[in-house]
Amino acid sequence: MTTKEFKRNDGRKPMELRPIKAKVGVVPNADGSAMYQSGDTIAIAAVYGPKQMHPQHSQNPEKGTLRCTYIMNSFSVSERAKMGPNRRSQEISKITEWALEPVLMLKDYPSQVIDVHVNIIQADGGTRCAGINAASMALAHAGIPMKSLVTSVSCGKLDKTLVLDINGYEDSKFDEGEGSTDIPISVTKDGSLTHMQLDGKISVDQLKEAVQAAREACKEIYDVQKEALKKSVGGEK
Amino acid sequence: METPRINGERIRRYLSEGKRFDGRKMDEFRNIQIELGISKKAEGSARVRIGKTEVIVGIKMDVGEPYPDSQDKGNLVTSAELLPLSSPRIELGKPGFDSIEMGRIIDRCIRESKFINFEKLCIKEGEKVWNVFVDIYSINDDGNLLDAAGIAAIAALKSAKMPGYNEATGKADYEKHAGKIPLSDDFPISITFHKIGDNFIVDPTREEEDFSETRVTIGSLKGTIASMQKGETEVITFEDLSKLLELVGKVYKDVAKEVEKQVK
Repeated sequence: MTTKEFKRNDGRKPMELRPIKAKVGVVPNADGSAMYQSGDTIAIAAVYGPKQMHPQHSQNPEKGTLRCTYIMNSFSVSERAKMGPNRRSQEISKITEWALEPVLMLKDYPSQVIDVHVNIIQADGGTRCAGINAASMALAHAGIPMKSLVTSVSCGKLDKTLVLDINGYEDSKFDEGEGSTDIPISVTKDGSLTHMQLDGKISVDQLKEAVQAAREACKEIYDVQKEALKKSVGGEK
Repeated sequence: METPRINGERIRRYLSEGKRFDGRKMDEFRNIQIELGISKKAEGSARVRIGKTEVIVGIKMDVGEPYPDSQDKGNLVTSAELLPLSSPRIELGKPGFDSIEMGRIIDRCIRESKFINFEKLCIKEGEKVWNVFVDIYSINDDGNLLDAAGIAAIAALKSAKMPGYNEATGKADYEKHAGKIPLSDDFPISITFHKIGDNFIVDPTREEEDFSETRVTIGSLKGTIASMQKGETEVITFEDLSKLLELVGKVYKDVAKEVEKQVK
């Protein structure tokens, strides 16, 4: 792969992540909360629960329910987005549930619900990944037993070059050569995929390579998540 | 999650002795922190924390058509979303009445105070004007979201930069900036008084707000009143009202001082 000359619009190398910031405890009311920032994308997440599910007919006596809601603020994008849920936000809410549920022991919470609310304050691509990263930290911050943290990043292809962590411009405006392919994935600590999507056009071999690179990058993100959580309990400064 | 009734009785008794749980005076706000530019794609944005209460507001602008009754004026649209993220009490689902009322109260405070010069937001009379969207999101509810939203809206408007206008397409050009939104120097502040027992307080904590019997929101400028709303069912006497109108000037001054200090 000749990736040397390829220049990204924000000056990054193809396999370089944007600067990351992570912090827990950003919503005092919540049982757990976190902020995750990747470049100009900022997500916050708050967890409430486990708590009794209302209304009663929504309760599942077999296992608890994980309920995620993803809301992108109207002013987080150039052209104001309408307030309230839309098809996109409903799908991402569900994707977020699917990404996180494998690491939770929902069988331990029959008839209960864990609410995870994700709010995108500023959007520049990769908002679902940032949301999942924040949500995973918020669940841990809430003290909910988890098999692993979930870590999310997008990989993809710009023209012929494989890249990581696609930004807003690259996702929606990049149109050179083969155009852009965006592949957000989420993984557990051992690298198993809990979520994957793909938009674009990519060969099977390149896809495998891209996903491998993203799994590697997730280790870096995982460390940032872990550090932020440690800080919150005064573990490491 | 509900505040126990016994706390309410204690709050009421304390207030009758002129005291509050956190030691504040009746007409004293908690610490106000204003942070600007918290969301880059917005034309202006602000995060306001009052104690543990937190609200964010973003201003967006686009080009639209004027309303039939204001052909030479820009438009203001104020909306609020009380996020379930901000409190265990806020239910999922469509916006409740509190969100709707908040948007309307803040809208009237901004509009009626003539803070925004809408004539200057006219691009071509009868055809093209600027729409100004004030969008409010609650992040943490520890009482008095309403006043926090009002302060955040004013701070975000004051710091906002208008997008450019593209003559060819007749649309906003978000890559360009065209100066500040035309605002008057005199800015409004929305202040809500809550009646608990025989006393009125400002800036209630969550606990105090739970025992508010009635509230009066006053959108005021230096020395003038631009908007009001009495909410909830308990009556207030004319004497009560007169007292609030006396008080509001002082509270306005305190809060305005913070806004002036923190919004440059």
